[in-house]
Amino acid sequence: MKSLSAGKTPRSTVQSRRLFYCILPFIILCFLFSYFPLYGWIYAFFDYKPPLKLSQCEFVGWKWFKTLFANKTQIGQMIQVMKNTFAMSLLGIATSILPMGFAVFLNEIQCRWFKNLVQTLTTLPNFISWVLVYSVAFCLFTDSGMVNNFLLGHGMIQAPVKFLDSDTHTYLWMTMWNLWKGLGWGAIMYLAAIAGIDPELYDAARVDGANRFQLMKRITVPCLLPTFFVLLMLSIANFLNNGMDQYYVFQNSFNKTHIQVLDLYVYNVGMTGSSLSLATAISMLKSLVSVTLLLTVNFVSKKTRGEAII
Amino acid sequence: MTVRERIFHIVNYLMFGIITLICAYPFYYMIINTISANDLSANGFINFLPKGFHLENYKQVLGLRGLSAAAVVSIARTILGTACTVFASAYLGFLFTQEKMWHRKFWYRFFVITMYFNAGLIPMFITMKTLHLTNSFWVYVIPTIIQPFYIILVKTYIESIPKSLQEAAEIDGAGILTVFARIILPAAQPIMATVAIFAAVTQWNSFQDTLIYVTDQRLYSLQYLLYTYINQASSLAAMVRSGGTGAISGAVLASRQTPSSIRMTVSVIVVLPILFIYPIFQRFFVKGIMIGSIKG
Repeated sequence: MKSLSAGKTPRSTVQSRRLFYCILPFIILCFLFSYFPLYGWIYAFFDYKPPLKLSQCEFVGWKWFKTLFANKTQIGQMIQVMKNTFAMSLLGIATSILPMGFAVFLNEIQCRWFKNLVQTLTTLPNFISWVLVYSVAFCLFTDSGMVNNFLLGHGMIQAPVKFLDSDTHTYLWMTMWNLWKGLGWGAIMYLAAIAGIDPELYDAARVDGANRFQLMKRITVPCLLPTFFVLLMLSIANFLNNGMDQYYVFQNSFNKTHIQVLDLYVYNVGMTGSSLSLATAISMLKSLVSVTLLLTVNFVSKKTRGEAII
Repeated sequence: MTVRERIFHIVNYLMFGIITLICAYPFYYMIINTISANDLSANGFINFLPKGFHLENYKQVLGLRGLSAAAVVSIARTILGTACTVFASAYLGFLFTQEKMWHRKFWYRFFVITMYFNAGLIPMFITMKTLHLTNSFWVYVIPTIIQPFYIILVKTYIESIPKSLQEAAEIDGAGILTVFARIILPAAQPIMATVAIFAAVTQWNSFQDTLIYVTDQRLYSLQYLLYTYINQASSLAAMVRSGGTGAISGAVLASRQTPSSIRMTVSVIVVLPILFIYPIFQRFFVKGIMIGSIKG
């Protein structure tokens, strides 16, 4: 292990091989579920019709990729989907500053039990599934839900407001649910970073006569910025990956135009729509763009911060 | 304390009080509504305290066909899946600290890089079909075993354990697996607890895999069943359809209780395990995140 020449003696070769055999089963497992599926990308070049075997299907070359931009309606749909994806991602990035603020202000709370209570209860929503979040949304915001009852009861509205079955402010609603679920959890990372700040910094500043606000502004926030930038870069790299769960459970025929992000679009085209091959083509394009984004962000990170994110 | 600071504190406490209420109240609201009289609940009279306490909703819902089967599926996948993931993460995390391994760096990257790409929905579906995992219970367990993020967490943790422990054991003639079982496993318990709680919550909450890979109703997970219940009660058409197949008697029941009471009761049943387990394990994953963030 010390020098390379030692690695060539028979005994350590045997040992290094044995270590490799120990993980071999898991390498196969990893290959099966992460690398082998990439082979499925060739379905994007065929006209795949499920009961048939791939060999019985027609090879169509770039047809599906061209279809995406073939006619006006198709282009219009793609633009709408991209708009939704960009809007949700941008709103997500814009609100990513909030967990940091949450942590900074929570850190100012002295009362121990209150701090713990806040932390416990605000991280709780992160641990329930999107289906349950939808269920909660349903209980509160449906026609006979709590919010409508309250507003009706106090005469603020005449008829129940359709919060869920409508297309008004879809982006904002989705961002709000995202925040409700993720705010407290997102702050944990920053709280951990705050715990790691050298207390001497604060002591020194206090000796110099800094007040509480100056401590927050000049010490806590600057110390958190590196963490913030790492997370920011990761979220830029994941720009196209909104995930599907949230949008799938909240989607209905009213808000479909604005809720359909790329991931959901792939599902809708592939599983409920007509063409598996078209869906594969879209997700293939998406993966390529995502990886390019990741590599770019990684490169930028290396150049500007001297540290890679992957 | 200056006046400004005092005002800041009051506002700060108030803000966090409100945020906490917003996070916690929906759960409280659902719970008190499921144990209150259904007619009061349906008209929106139950907002702060339960009235007309009864447990009829729970009795009815627990008797639903499909629910107990889904609960068994969810519990089984959570236990089995978590056990496999925790073991694999600990095992791989440990072995990747062994510098002598043949091309260790390459194989480590081989695992880690899979976090950053995926083949997409349809290729995954075709793969699962090829491997005969669609409509099988194992689709919940086998594909989730390898989780690169957990492997990184465990590896980082094990690297902080003094190397001399392992060296001493090896001098006494212990093989690599003995070292793993006797020394690493006991020493890595905090990080394994973290991984376990993450994996268990992910398993319990998982819903997409049922949606995509499973059509057999006997293999529905609780989350998926909850989703079908919500939609059943919300749209009349879906209600009629499911009533026709008779496999899920939720629609029939919904007419006796109220649709929203059924929805809420099922939701509470699904969320209860998390409500109970989560505060107990909270300190573990806060620690785990700290370990992760030191690295990042």
